[in-house]
Amino acid sequence: MPLLHQFVPHHGLHEALEGARAAEHGSGHGTGGSSALHGGGAAGPTFRPGKTVDHAANGFHPTEMLRDFDWGKTRRLASGRVLREWTLLAGDKEIEVAPGVHYPAWAYNGRVPGPTLRAREGDLLRVRFVNGSEHPHTIHFHGLHPAEMDGVPGVGAGLIDRGGETTYEFIAEPFGLHLYHCHAGPLAEHIARGLYGAFVVDPKQGRPDADELVMVMNGFNTNFDAEGNQTYAVNTVAFHYVNEPVAVERRSPVRIYLANLLEFDPLNSFHIHANFFDYYPTGTRLEPSEFTDTIVQAQAQRGILELEFPYVGDYMFHAHKTEFAELGWMGFFRVGGDRERQRQPAAFHDPVRDEGESA
Amino acid sequence: MEARTEAAPAIARAPTWVLVAVPLALIAAAIGLIAALGGPGLDERRGPPVEELAVERTVLRPGEIQLSVRNTGPDAVEVAQVAVNDAYVAFAADPDGDVGRLSEQKLTLEYPWQEGGAYTISMLTSTGATIEHIIDVAVETPDTGIGFYGLMTLLGTYVGVIPVILGMLFMPALRRVSEDWVRLFMAVTVGLLGFLVIDGSLEGLEIGGEASGAFGGPELLFLGAALAYLALTAVDRRLKRGVERRRAKGEGAYRLSLMVAIGIGLHNLGEGLAIGSAYAVGSVALGAFFVIGFALHNTTEGFAIVAPLARAGRPGFIRLLALGLIAGAPAILGAVIGAGAYNQELATFLIGVGVGAIVQVIGQLLPSIRDREGQALHPLSIAGLIAGGAILYATSLLVSV
Repeated sequence: MPLLHQFVPHHGLHEALEGARAAEHGSGHGTGGSSALHGGGAAGPTFRPGKTVDHAANGFHPTEMLRDFDWGKTRRLASGRVLREWTLLAGDKEIEVAPGVHYPAWAYNGRVPGPTLRAREGDLLRVRFVNGSEHPHTIHFHGLHPAEMDGVPGVGAGLIDRGGETTYEFIAEPFGLHLYHCHAGPLAEHIARGLYGAFVVDPKQGRPDADELVMVMNGFNTNFDAEGNQTYAVNTVAFHYVNEPVAVERRSPVRIYLANLLEFDPLNSFHIHANFFDYYPTGTRLEPSEFTDTIVQAQAQRGILELEFPYVGDYMFHAHKTEFAELGWMGFFRVGGDRERQRQPAAFHDPVRDEGESA
Repeated sequence: MEARTEAAPAIARAPTWVLVAVPLALIAAAIGLIAALGGPGLDERRGPPVEELAVERTVLRPGEIQLSVRNTGPDAVEVAQVAVNDAYVAFAADPDGDVGRLSEQKLTLEYPWQEGGAYTISMLTSTGATIEHIIDVAVETPDTGIGFYGLMTLLGTYVGVIPVILGMLFMPALRRVSEDWVRLFMAVTVGLLGFLVIDGSLEGLEIGGEASGAFGGPELLFLGAALAYLALTAVDRRLKRGVERRRAKGEGAYRLSLMVAIGIGLHNLGEGLAIGSAYAVGSVALGAFFVIGFALHNTTEGFAIVAPLARAGRPGFIRLLALGLIAGAPAILGAVIGAGAYNQELATFLIGVGVGAIVQVIGQLLPSIRDREGQALHPLSIAGLIAGGAILYATSLLVSV
């Protein structure tokens, strides 16, 4: 902005925008701080100042989603195997994907992406699927399982009509970062509308402790022209992590479960500023394939990123397909010292692993 | 009559104004009732809302783009976010919120555009629909100050007033030639004007087709043309009566000449509009070639004005100058309007006015190309008509705005 001031007269606009920004600050929105003012003109892309997404109306919050792992209803069977049970309900729901922009989504459990299901390799998983939507749906899991549990039309339970239900049951394998999504036709629309989520299978021995984050790269073709998307994001709300940076701790391990569910565009990418990460494609090997700051994923590709931040401060991350970045897929990490350590929500901890066997 | 009066004595006795007022009141009441009840028995429209916005004016200033948008659809539209070339931008909306049917909103976008760049502005509405507006070539919008209007006046003078007056310099030569040559020149004039009618109609239809539609499109051309034709016919009748009363020698020729000047003046209003707006959006480079092209083109218009005076008495200088100004000066007004407050609907209408005026003038000139047998189409006049059309066609190639 100082440069703009120096060279270019633009007073009328400035007053209009500053007024809106002042209103935004006054509302106490987000984490505040300098990044709430990020963007505008040469300072980069941004949404209209003073307008925010109503997360309460959406029923989910991208910041909370980051560390929200759902281990299911868990018990150990007589055989010694751990059983995890979930119920996923498909429904039709209008969500706000950018300030003031509403999208008629189809969602699992009322959120896009759906809940991050987490298990350990070898666990028995039982996913009850209830279709409360107007349209037929399925859940198709990536992983190893018999054909009748594959959640595609015409095989096993096939399409589940409105009001119907089925239960998908299989063993969690292999370990890694996987996905689940609806496989009803037209497939592109059923995915684009929001019926997808991350599915984390930990290795038997677990992974080293880290601040774990789930990032599902997605976008919304709000005008339904099936030619690209109008908004791009991580975890649905465009530019959310610009307004509310992801708080992490300096010199502390961070693990990102990154998946690409973007429809209509062939590739997506992830780039972090001033840092490098170990990349584990699909998370199915314990040795990283690459030490880099940029990776590319086609749809349904996913991987695990492990990194530490050596310095405090705000670090941008975004798609290095800059078009996506400027249409909303952009955010910041806010690296704090020890005092600002992020408390891990209870959901992070595997109840079986941490509390021993339960009934 | 007698029988009907007995059948409906009350109606027969009522004053006429009551017979008008009662149906009017009933119509108003019925429409009011339907509106108040929301059209009983009729469902809402099927499907999602129809969201339409037309960009009526684009202003480019350093670091910002201003759009004046008008809702031309049936439903309210709220612009939630705006992207320029696939990047979301900060913007202010005045007034904020929904844009109702036919209402206007001014959007001020913060964007570091570059001169000469092409920009696609995508307005994302609250329902996720996208409305696009394309800036083909970004050029800073000129400030509409005194200097700017001075420039437009100069431009209008160059392309309107000066060429028309130069064309009138053929006057002395015209006065010497024979009857046949006069007929030929009149035919040339009709040919020139005929080409202007076709050219103007096509341009008006094209511009009207690009209009937002909120206030009509191509039909404005016909509306303008009909209005001008009828108004000029009324003016002409007036002038004729004046001429007959005075019985002055050559007055008939002056009347004809004045009518031609008025018709051409209205045409030049539309032409000035096109030039001014093209300059304002940076789609035309002013320069010697541009001005020379228009000068050649419009010189023929000056010839058309003086052609009817070939057999009139010696005309006064002031009178000729006045005719020249009537024909040429509207180009100045057109340029100012075009650069300062251009919109497609106004342009279509004004071009239509020019077309209608010239059609009327052609009707006036036709008798003067008839030969001694009263034929309008004889070898000489046909040659003239073709020559007139060809001259204007050729000179119009020099000036494509």
